[in-house]
Amino acid sequence: MASILAVDDSSSMRQMVSFTLKGAGYQVTEAADGQEALNKAKAQQFDLIITDVNMPVMDGITFIRHLRGEANYRFTPMLMLTTESAADKKAEGKAAGATGWIVKPFNPDQLLNTIKKVLR
Amino acid sequence: MSIDLAQFHETFFEESFEGLDVMESGLLELEQGEVDLENINTIFRSAHSIKGGSGTFGFTAVADFTHDMETLLDQMRNGDRQVTADIVNVLLGCVDTLRSMLTAIKDKEDVDVTAVAEMSAKLQAILNGEVVHDGAPGEQVNDTVVTSKEQSTGDGWNICFTPFQDIMKTGNDTVRLIRELRELAQESEVEAITDNLPALEEIDPEGSYISWNIRLYGQDINEEEIREVFAWVDDECELEIKPLVVGAAYTGPERRDDSRRQEDAPDRRSTDRRSKASESSSIRVNISKVDELINMVGELVITQSMLSQFGDDEFNEQHLERLKDGLSQLESHTRELQESVMRIRMMPISFAFQRFPRLVHDLSTQFGKKIELVMSGENTELDKTVLEKIGDPLVHLVRNSLDHGIESPESRINAGKSETGVIELKAYHQGGNIVIEIRDDGAGLNKEKILTKARDNNLIGNDERLSDEQIYDLIFRPGFSTADVISDVSGRGVGMDVVRRNIRELGGAVDVASSPGEGSVFTIRLPLTLAILDGQLVGIGDETYILPVISIVESLQVREENINAVAGNAEVYRLREEYIPIVRLYQIFDIQPASEKLSDGLLVVVEAEGKKIAIFVDDLLGQQQVVIKSLETNFRKVEGVSGATILGNGTVSLIIDIAGLIELYQNDIAGLAPSVKGAA
Repeated sequence: MASILAVDDSSSMRQMVSFTLKGAGYQVTEAADGQEALNKAKAQQFDLIITDVNMPVMDGITFIRHLRGEANYRFTPMLMLTTESAADKKAEGKAAGATGWIVKPFNPDQLLNTIKKVLR
Repeated sequence: MSIDLAQFHETFFEESFEGLDVMESGLLELEQGEVDLENINTIFRSAHSIKGGSGTFGFTAVADFTHDMETLLDQMRNGDRQVTADIVNVLLGCVDTLRSMLTAIKDKEDVDVTAVAEMSAKLQAILNGEVVHDGAPGEQVNDTVVTSKEQSTGDGWNICFTPFQDIMKTGNDTVRLIRELRELAQESEVEAITDNLPALEEIDPEGSYISWNIRLYGQDINEEEIREVFAWVDDECELEIKPLVVGAAYTGPERRDDSRRQEDAPDRRSTDRRSKASESSSIRVNISKVDELINMVGELVITQSMLSQFGDDEFNEQHLERLKDGLSQLESHTRELQESVMRIRMMPISFAFQRFPRLVHDLSTQFGKKIELVMSGENTELDKTVLEKIGDPLVHLVRNSLDHGIESPESRINAGKSETGVIELKAYHQGGNIVIEIRDDGAGLNKEKILTKARDNNLIGNDERLSDEQIYDLIFRPGFSTADVISDVSGRGVGMDVVRRNIRELGGAVDVASSPGEGSVFTIRLPLTLAILDGQLVGIGDETYILPVISIVESLQVREENINAVAGNAEVYRLREEYIPIVRLYQIFDIQPASEKLSDGLLVVVEAEGKKIAIFVDDLLGQQQVVIKSLETNFRKVEGVSGATILGNGTVSLIIDIAGLIELYQNDIAGLAPSVKGAA
């Protein structure tokens, strides 16, 4: 089954994402900020990255930019979790190499539907 | 798939309250003139997380409210809005509002809608003030939707999709997009256009060169659904979507509206709202602590299996040595396990400290004083129960230092001190105790004033002579207050005695030291935990009592020549240059001792709150850790006794409350011979 790296500094969001994905049978690894995520992504290959944007230590966009630069993550789907008010963040994220985004707030079904689009 | 979101609520609340604390302390720092971008970022992040979480978990009101805060913070972050004291104050108010909203929701009570609306209005006023930049990002109008409401026009759609060469470099994939499109329709055709394909040697193997013509056939596909498929790549391709009806007008500009994706969210998320929520309060534990615990349990299991071997075959003398080993291992593991479990309940004192920056900020404005708060040792850990109960006494002491301790800026300057007063909060471990100091660099306690006040209130006699410590200690007496003007902060005369009582209930002690013109220090000593105590077992007659080891100064054999009888039946013992009152415990508890003759027994010198007494006991029996059982819950409160425990042999033993005992003794003696106090 596909393995997913879920990155968010809010533990309730992380729990929710991870619980939902695990329930759907994915393997989920969690990270609380971009730096931690980067370390984990380098140590193990993931099939999909889901990351929050605003995080301490390293934000999601910087994280995506770094990870996209890694040879084995050139084509890996990377999704950002953004809010509707952050239209410019989407563009910034895309420029950094993000595949797409999931708009907050979202519910578990929306999350799974989006995931199914990029993982098959 | 339906997932009950209520299971994440508790975590959400917990982290939201933490986030609010972070915002609060960040805002307070902002106010001191440090416009530090990282700080604003941190505040923004907290607001953002609360907004994201509350939206996801169905607390729409919170999400809406936070949205405006976030907008304002975003403007501050981008430098579009100057940070002013006004804005900081409004944001602080918002933090309070948000906190009460979340508390209400958490407790399943009604949110105070008027208060929220008021605060909201203030926020709006700022936002609508001079907007430097393109206004509130959240208020983008969906004007793009107007023209493109082209519903299914009959036969379907023709989509011309030309991805840019680099589309795959963001992890997007033409195949995925086409697959998604085809899922929308009952029938579809896909045509590849290879016109732009370069010569073979120029092809970037990771590039995308093919354009696609996709025809979707179906009655009920709408344009928005199609656009949504391309939402992530709209800047990485050329896209043309036309209805498949012959002669139908091509509808309008290719504008898009990214925000439509969450349009249907609000309806769905309200469903989880009323589901069960657990009332249990939780505590966050560092994983390393849990690992330690698991490790300990592992050790325990090994020891247990080692011991259980003895039951397998006949027991002989050779086994005895190993049995002893096993038992001593069991003992050390049990102790370590116990310590590990206790450590789980330990939390850093920063949880109690973090409200002080705000408190000091608010109060210093109120009093017109300039005050700097310095905190150290915030990571010192103590038991969660103690932590929860120490909050109020601390607040009281800090308020007191602020109100009575620190002088007004003018009188500080006159006294040759810096205009800004300093209040220091400090926590550290000392022995088995945690010590909290509240130090101010104010005027110090006014001895004369205290004495006059105490005499006026008949707390002491007119001709009584007291040492400095004893004078300072008077402020902890019930019904004592030196404030000339009674303010709403302190000075109501309820206070210090309540502080002392509360701290005593935690098994702790508080005292004060002061020097005129330089300030005062209040020192609180607390046990690390309320559950377990290192006890000294002492025997009196047939009874066994327990004295807390930390209170014991020394134990000694009685030399007759050092015993002095003072007025009435009070006795003191001369220990080096000190006279210490002797307390015959058997008298106080009315039991039969082995001997009433002092030289037959021992004196245990104990200390609490700076006072010493010598407790007369028959014998010292040994030290052990005892589990404290509350007498109040199981029986009733007994003066001079802080609790009870069950000893190894099954008997119940009372744990002496030293501070309480001293008080009991003093009251006892005061009735008989008031003058003894001076001798102590």
